[in-house]
Formats: sequence, C-alpha cells, structure tokens
Amino acid sequence: MLPSILDGIFNGLSIGSILLMAALGLAIVFGLMGVINMAHGELMMLGAYTTYVVQNLFKPLGIFSQTYIFFALIMAFIVAALAGLILERGVIRYLYGRPLETLLATWGVSLMLQQFVRSVNWVLIAGLAIFCLLYFGGMWFVKKRPDFDVIRQKAIALLLPLSAAVAVAVGVFLSQTFKSAVTQPWFGAQNVDVTAPKWLQGGLPIGNYQLPYTRMFIMVLTALCVAGIYFFLNKTAWGLRIRSVTQNRNMSACLGIPTNKVDALTFALGSGLAGIAGCAVSLLGSVGPNTGQNYIVNTFMVVVVGGVGKLVGTIAGAMVIGLIDYILGAGILALLFAQIPPVAEFFTFFATTSMAKVMVFLLIVIFLQYKPAGLFPQKGRTVDA
Amino acid sequence: MTQTYSTVASGSGVAASPMLQVTGLNVYYGESHILRNVDLTVPRGEMVCLIGRNGVGKTTMLKTLMGLLKPRSGNIIFDGQPILGKTPDRRAKLGIGYVPQGREVIPRLTVKENLLLGYEARATRPQNTTEIPEEIYELFPVLKTMLTRMGGDLSGGQQQQLAIARAIMGQPQLLVLDEPTEGIQPSIILDIEAAVKRIVATTGISVLLVEQHLHFVRQADRYYAMQKGGIVASGSTRELSNEVIQKFLAV
Ligand SMILES: Nc1ncnc2c1ncn2[C@@H]1O[C@H](COP(=O)(O)OP(=O)(O)O)[C@@H](O)[C@H]1O
Ligand SMILES: [Mg+2]
Repeated sequence: MLPSILDGIFNGLSIGSILLMAALGLAIVFGLMGVINMAHGELMMLGAYTTYVVQNLFKPLGIFSQTYIFFALIMAFIVAALAGLILERGVIRYLYGRPLETLLATWGVSLMLQQFVRSVNWVLIAGLAIFCLLYFGGMWFVKKRPDFDVIRQKAIALLLPLSAAVAVAVGVFLSQTFKSAVTQPWFGAQNVDVTAPKWLQGGLPIGNYQLPYTRMFIMVLTALCVAGIYFFLNKTAWGLRIRSVTQNRNMSACLGIPTNKVDALTFALGSGLAGIAGCAVSLLGSVGPNTGQNYIVNTFMVVVVGGVGKLVGTIAGAMVIGLIDYILGAGILALLFAQIPPVAEFFTFFATTSMAKVMVFLLIVIFLQYKPAGLFPQKGRTVDA
Repeated sequence: MTQTYSTVASGSGVAASPMLQVTGLNVYYGESHILRNVDLTVPRGEMVCLIGRNGVGKTTMLKTLMGLLKPRSGNIIFDGQPILGKTPDRRAKLGIGYVPQGREVIPRLTVKENLLLGYEARATRPQNTTEIPEEIYELFPVLKTMLTRMGGDLSGGQQQQLAIARAIMGQPQLLVLDEPTEGIQPSIILDIEAAVKRIVATTGISVLLVEQHLHFVRQADRYYAMQKGGIVASGSTRELSNEVIQKFLAV
C-alpha cells in the first residue's frame, strides 16, 4: 500500500517536472508573443532523438560513455533551440497578431517534423543541405547587388526551381549509387530506446521501496532549469528586455529595445527548454515520432492552469497536473478506496491513460469556471498594446 | 517661415538641416483619414509645441513619428536622414526620446528597471548599465526614494516624471512629449515644467511638445496649431494671440 502511494507521488512529480520544463518555454513564449506553438511537443521529440544519437556516438568510448547524458542535454538544448529559431524566423514572425493562423501553421510544422524523423536518411539530409546552400547562398549573393529590390522576384523564380532540381538530382544519384546504405532511414517509424547511464540505474531504497535515480535526476534537472530561467529573466539585461516587451511591446520598441531580436531569442530559449525536457523523457521510456504529442496536451493544460506571467503558477500547475494524471492513470486511488466499492469502481473506470486525461480535462474545465485567469492571475494593470 | 538654427553638435546629420522635418504627412486609421498633409519642422535646439483640441490627431502625429503607425504618404527627415523605413527601436537609437500620452511606464518592473531601460536607446551602451546617473535624481528627486517600487504602483505624477527620466537616460537629440501634464495635480505640473526647462537649458536638445496648458505652451519657441488633422496656424509663441488660444487650447 505505502510503496504504491510513494511510487505514485514520486512518478507523478517526475512527470510533472518534465511538464514543467516543457511548459516553461511555452508559457514564456506565449506571454511574450501571444503565440501558441503547436510544434512544441515535436521540439521535445527532437531533444529525445538527439539524446539517442549522442548516446550511440558515445557507445564506443568505454567507461567515458556513461557521461553521455551531460553532452546529450547540451546538444538537445542546442538542436531544439536551433529548430525553434528557424521556426520563428521562417514562419512565426510573419504571423504575429494572427493567433489562428499561427496555430495552424505550427500544427503543420509539427506534422512535418514527425514525418521528418520517420524518414530522415542520408539522401534527405544531403538534398536539404544542397538546396539550402544553393538557394540561400544564391539569395545572399543577389542581395549584395544594388538593384536587389528590382530583381528580387526574378531571382527567386530562377533560384528556387534550380536549387530544387539540383538537390533532387543529387538525391537520385546518391540513392542509385550507394543504394540502401544511404536510403535506409536513420530511425524509422519504430520507437528507439535510450538506456540511462549505469550510475542512474537502480534507486535509493526507502524501506522496501526504491526511489529510482533517473526520476530524481529529472527533478534535479528541472530545479536547475527553473533556477536558471529565474536568474536569466530577473538578473540579466536580456531578461529585463524580455520582461519589458512582454508587458508593453510598443513602448519597449520606442525605448530602443530590438523586439525582433527579443522574440527570436525567447523563442529559441523556450524551444531549447523543450529539448531538455525531451532528453528527460527519453530516460523514462522509449521515444518515437509521436512522443511529443503524448506530452503536448498536458503541457498546454499547465500553461492554462498556471496562468501567464508568473513562474510559480507554471510550477504549481505542472506538479498538480503531473500528479493527478499519474495517480488517476495508475489506478492508485482505486487501490486506496478498495474498501468502499462504488468509489473504487469509479476510480478504476478512470484508471487508464486516456480516461485519466478525460478526468484531468474535466477538472480543468471546472477549475477555469472559478479561476479563469489561472492559479496566480496578474494583479494590477494588464498588458495591452 | 524663418528659422533660426542653434549650434548643437550633431552625430551624423548635416549641420544645417533641422532636427526634424515632416512634410506632406497623411495617416489613416483603416479608412478614416486622420492626418492631412501635415508639415512641421523642429529646428535644432528649439522647443516646438503642437496644440489643438482633443481628437484632432496630435498623438497620431507623434506615433507616426515613432514608427508605431505607417503613413500613406509623406516624409519624415530626422537629423538629415529619412526614417520612415526604420522600426521604432532604430528610431529611438537614432536619438528620439518618446514620452507617450498615458506615460506607458512598464507596470510590473521596478522604477529602477524602468529607468535602466532608458539606456537601450543609447547608440553606444555605457560600461555600467546597472547604475542611474546622479543627474536624473537631480532632475526628479522623488524617484530616488522609490527605486524598488513597481512602476505601475506610482501615482500619475510620479509615473510622468519616471517616463521623462527614462527618455532622458537615452540621451536623445529630440525629446517628444505627449501631454506631459494631462491629469496631474498642479504642484507636480510645475515640477515637470521646471525639469523640462532645465533639461533644455543643460543639454540643448530639441523638444517637440504636445500640450494643453497655456503656461507650458508659452515656454516653447514656436507653436503649430492643428485642427481636423491639418496644421492651420503656426508661428512664434510670443505672438500667440488670445484668439488662437481660445480656438486651439482646451482652457
Ligand atoms: N486606434 C485607433 N483606431 C481608430 N481611430 C483612432 C485610434 N486612435 C485614435 N483614433 C482617432 O484618431 C483621431 C485622432 O486621435 P489622437 O491622435 O489621439 O488625437 P489627439 O491626440 O489630438 O487628442 C481621433 O478622431 C480618434 O478617434
Ligand atoms: Mg492625444
């Protein structure tokens, strides 16, 4: 009885920690730009796959390979942050002030990213690299000409099909020359497994229960991330700029704050946090192209429940939702109320992952009836443009 | 129109060009035509006042100057260079300090943080951006006692002083003030007037002021009077007749 409750609380808290890392980025970006990034879960997924790749690269290194996790964390942050940066500069910045279009566009990006990890192989990478090199390199070259504004349309009309054709041709050539060595997908549609380093396997015994080290590691990691973000937002010049733009974008711009740089930086930071969350996810189980989707709904719920603009709200929201979700889904309440059959039956009914989600949704809907602005609403003047 | 140019040193601009020159400006909100062919010049080192009743388009003019609104036609030359293609933050860095109507102090930042944001507009950021220069406290002593208070918790008059101080922190060449005395108690109005006067005297910057208080208007060198989005009168404030005052100031 006691072990299962401890287990529930501990697992719930560690799921909550992952939600918190993911939701932090989402909440900061939403507060700053009013943008909901539907591809946030896929950025987590990218972080998880980065962990997998780093682990495999470290495998031949013998004893040193057990430290892969630290490099994986850094790489997951960098990869996800870069992906987020490209997403912001390439798509989202053209859609500011149009939340619905942003939602749809980022949803499309999330589908593309899922398909990307399923089918990525050397041919695809080579093709993409060649296309980017030719097209953006060409545009960079054209941009330096004084009559750029005049010939811009023509340059695009010429460069786009040309670069695409070369990229496709190289791709076809590569796949016919090297066959399956280059056409074999890296990951495929199946899940891949990350094994936690040896020193994270096992657990801390408490009575006849073991607190798994991986989950403790995730909690410590989350605490570090939260502390880091708190420090960054409150003690650095860029943090001050972010807070200022979040509260009054127009006036901040009139003060000389480069708002587009602030947007790009914040988006990259939020995405990087998602990458770290993805790295943590990979320690808990196998990861697949759909990994992001499993977490994204709950992450959105954390932002909704926690309210925007307050770190404590996000923290509390993440922990509460992580706990409720896990405790319901694992059927722990049903165990607790075993003596009272109708109650036990009620909780048994909700003791599956999907039914637990339904219950969490219901609770949130009820909660929002009473506190529409979340757990810790902003006091005083609200932000207006 | 005769103009006298003072000899304030300028960074990039042509020495003989006025600080600010607006020509043929037309601005729309959707389909409604707000500013109609506005021409306005702020000579170097002078204080120019834009007057007119509520809703004639004064704030619209200043927002267009800052880049918050895009004009359909016209031109804005600041310090010898056209700025219409530039974003608000670029314009601030060129040396336009903006104190908007309603003050727009960042509410959930402390007074000190609000002030530090003023450094953002400096072309070259100073080494130490965590300290406020003493001159700011000399201009607005009240700010020194409330550095840790939230900007949104200050009274209207204190917020106004904070907003002006914040703009001055950026060492602008042109200070743009939109109704700095609106809704502020008379004793603080005098403080604010005195501070602005002192800023002009010590730094020699140019000022574009939108104002309803006659006393403050009289401090300016020149005035422009606006009606229904167009400039209908202009001249030296010394020649400001009672008739013009009756017509354009809400006294
Ligand atoms: N955001 C807006 N959308 C539409 N019309 C506006 C907006 N802001 C101001 N206006 C209109 O523009 C006109 C000029 O406003 P404004 O420049 O604020 O006047 P002033 O500052 O001289 O009192 C007014 O008629 C006002 O109704
Ligand atoms: Mg106004």
